[in-house]
Amino acid sequence: MNLPEANAAAELAAAIASGDRAAIAGALNLLDDRRPDARAKATALLAHLQRAQDHATGQLIGITGPPGAGKSTLSAALIRVWRQRGLRVAVLAVDPSSPISGGALLGDRVRMQTSADDDGVFVRSLSNRGQFGGLSAEVWPMSIVLLAGFDIVLIETVGVGQREVDIARLCDTTCYVAQPGSGDSVQFLKAGILEVPHILVVNKDDMGAVARRTLAELGAALTRTHPDGHWQVPVLATSAASGTGVEALADVMQQHYELLRSQQQLAARRRRYQSYWLHKRLQDEFGSFGIERLGGEKALLAELEAQDMNLFEQYAALRQRLCSAPSATGK
Amino acid sequence: MSQATVKRDHPWLMRTYSGHSSARASNELYRTNLSRGQTGLSVAFDLPTQTGYDSDHPLARGEVGKVGVPINHIGDMEALFDQIPLGQMNTSMTINATAPWLLALYIAVAERQGVDPAALQGTTQNDVLKEFLSRGTYIFPPQPSVRLTTDLITYTVQHIPKWNPTNICSYHLQEAGATPTQELAFALSTATAILDAVRDSGQIPAERFPAVVGRISFFVNAGIRFVEETCKLRAFGRMWDTLARERYGVSDPKQRLFRYGVQVNSLGLTESQPENNVQRIVLEMLAVTLSKNARARAIQLPAWNEALGLPRPWDQQWALRMQQVLALETDLLEYGDVLDGSPVIEAKVQELIDGALAEIAQVDAHGGMVACIDNGYVKRELVQSHTRRMRNIESGELQIVGVNCYQESAESPLTAGEESGIMKVDERAEREQIASLQAFRAQRDSTKVAQALQQLRSAAAGGSNIMPPSIECARAGVTTGEWSAVLREVFGEYRAPTGIDIAPLNLAGSDALEQVRARVRCTGEELGRPLRLLIGKPGLDGHSNGAEQIAVKGRDAGFEIVYEGIRLTPAQIARAAQEEGVHLIGLSVLSGSHLELVEDILSEMKTAGIADIPLVIGGIIPAEDARRLQAQGLKAVFTPKDIDMNVIMDTMVTIIRAANGLDPAA
Repeated sequence: MNLPEANAAAELAAAIASGDRAAIAGALNLLDDRRPDARAKATALLAHLQRAQDHATGQLIGITGPPGAGKSTLSAALIRVWRQRGLRVAVLAVDPSSPISGGALLGDRVRMQTSADDDGVFVRSLSNRGQFGGLSAEVWPMSIVLLAGFDIVLIETVGVGQREVDIARLCDTTCYVAQPGSGDSVQFLKAGILEVPHILVVNKDDMGAVARRTLAELGAALTRTHPDGHWQVPVLATSAASGTGVEALADVMQQHYELLRSQQQLAARRRRYQSYWLHKRLQDEFGSFGIERLGGEKALLAELEAQDMNLFEQYAALRQRLCSAPSATGK
Repeated sequence: MSQATVKRDHPWLMRTYSGHSSARASNELYRTNLSRGQTGLSVAFDLPTQTGYDSDHPLARGEVGKVGVPINHIGDMEALFDQIPLGQMNTSMTINATAPWLLALYIAVAERQGVDPAALQGTTQNDVLKEFLSRGTYIFPPQPSVRLTTDLITYTVQHIPKWNPTNICSYHLQEAGATPTQELAFALSTATAILDAVRDSGQIPAERFPAVVGRISFFVNAGIRFVEETCKLRAFGRMWDTLARERYGVSDPKQRLFRYGVQVNSLGLTESQPENNVQRIVLEMLAVTLSKNARARAIQLPAWNEALGLPRPWDQQWALRMQQVLALETDLLEYGDVLDGSPVIEAKVQELIDGALAEIAQVDAHGGMVACIDNGYVKRELVQSHTRRMRNIESGELQIVGVNCYQESAESPLTAGEESGIMKVDERAEREQIASLQAFRAQRDSTKVAQALQQLRSAAAGGSNIMPPSIECARAGVTTGEWSAVLREVFGEYRAPTGIDIAPLNLAGSDALEQVRARVRCTGEELGRPLRLLIGKPGLDGHSNGAEQIAVKGRDAGFEIVYEGIRLTPAQIARAAQEEGVHLIGLSVLSGSHLELVEDILSEMKTAGIADIPLVIGGIIPAEDARRLQAQGLKAVFTPKDIDMNVIMDTMVTIIRAANGLDPAA
């Protein structure tokens, strides 16, 4: 990394940390940009952000669930609660893209904004770029930028029971919103397809008996103790429409975060998850062939998790290794 | 048979949908129109009035007096009907979310004129459900909206027996793309949703319920396929009769009559060779007059130049003359029903009924009309139909003379003159309206106003009928904005589903679409990330068809589309563009307030530091305004003439390329 580039990265990182909206938006554009020079700049920025960032600040929360479960309205209600508590909130809203055209309809940002002049809320929509039910490779670096500028970063994505693994391996706290009256969530949980979330929510409790039954079924299907240990998975009822239960949900999210911090888990988990995402990003950029070049998935993950080096500097080094390696044809 | 012995039917009510600038200017227009043989009034309100804002509200900027008359308080309403005796007038008001309020003002003015409100005749459109699907002047969520609708109905049935409290509108559904079958199905489903709500409100004793059914009227569209449209009206009559009898037990055939008014189709009116719209309008009028047993009660015709801008009084007079020629010169009114007994007509009517019943079953399966608005089912169906229509125009399967065939034309003398053949609203109108509003507020009794608003709040929250406290508010000098603000607090506001999340219709894609897709993809690769497009609908205008179609097409062409529906502020649009990192902003404005809105958006973009994002606009924008906008930096102005959306997509790619230093031609 040359000096002017490092200085530019430092400047941008400082602007992001100060909450400068233009800087934040610009950084997200940069992280989205696949051109090689942009990739290099993005890497410099991320390395800088991670160095500057106390590992245990900000909370990365994932909200997932089937379409129509009311995730967006619930997110909007949560944002109102967080804003009342004085917390700055950023949202990454992930929508599916068309497999044919690559195009996408991105929506719901208006619902989530309390008002146009509230600088404490920032919403970025993302298409999943063909990663069905999952998250595109840009989500992770974007979440790092947003964590630098906001107290809470919320990632909202449609989950259909199969690919929530992505969001569960990215966020500090994962919340699954079940559709009342649909047995799918229960079935997925029982079958072990659904990665166990930290919090289960049945939204739309104004639906009455149906929602209560779903609530009971989910409670019964859960072993209640999260595989992470020390966390009893709560099953909550909310009504985004009337606001009922939203404060309680925000409280539980806060409790989970505090638990992670008190057990010194946050940094280790982020390291583990970030290694997963780094691997995903490298795979995205260089393909399976590139991963093999770096010793294969298993060895690479172990290497990433074990080292105490800044992940992005490591990433830069790995990219360097791949880019400068003699090609397979031995030219 | 000699001419003298022929007994002609009475002609229908002839109206012109009008209102602009101010109550005083509109009053002059109404009196002129009446003196020229118009037999009823049809009041067009401006968008702030329709969406419950006073003329000096920030959201009203640029919209005051544009698409209709601004009515802020009883003083405005009184001026609007100055020297027009309300006891003898039949007045139709195109008003929905704020219908109880405008009717309350009308009643209060009648009282001041010394007219017994019980004698009033006319119509409040009062069909909010269709506003969620088309037109977009809703304010509150569907449930409280239905409650306000039913309050107005139960009040007038008891106190103003000759009033048509609601005009269930299939009109706007066709404008949003509905097929005749969908028009039938969705309008009748709306009617049953409203009637069920009135019945379940318990405000009307069971024995009076048939009278309520008898007061329900409809507002229907008539498109250019006039044979099918005639059949649609016959189908409407038959289905309504059955529904009234079977669902609501109405035994009196008179109370089961399908009573309807018409405005003929605006969707099919073209900007290219606009003189052709005259014959379109006449043929469409034929559809709703030909069959005596399914004839309209009232007709208003659009002006030939509607796709160009606001019509002038002369254009409206021409539209009125079309009706007069048909009613007075032709022999149409001398015969009984000329279509009865035709097997061709009968078969078509039956086909439409069967289709509509199947569609009604779908609506019921999705939870009924109110649920279908909230869950987006009906809106998606409409967007899909409209997308199909646009595709057929693009492919030439649907021929439109002067648009996708026979485009060559000599220069039209009609649009040549200095005013380019359209009406210009006086730019001083907004300022004058605001000044008069502020003067009105200063002179009223504020204690009385506060008390009246308090009563309104209790009724809204407590569930008693909204009309009596609204009439009290009208008398006390409450303003439109104040009345609406109280109800906004009690009921909350709503954003309707946009309906654009439909499956792509043309997966394979035509050659033209494939070419655009390739260009979108390549440009995205050159710029490092997929192309993103923000589609913004600023201002109060709720005509969202164009924005929706561009959103769907953009997705199909490979853009990542950010579209959030109607009524966004310039600040929201600029903020969204920044946060979403879009490559281009496309605005859609049809209300005539494009100059003010663009000015505001450019200034917000500058403040946000995103002045370099290219901005384009689509809408009903006169050529002179288009030149002004381009001089301000807009990269393209699209009008109804630009019918081929592949070309629009391609132009946007070219603009993005140019703005980012790429070869625009590549």
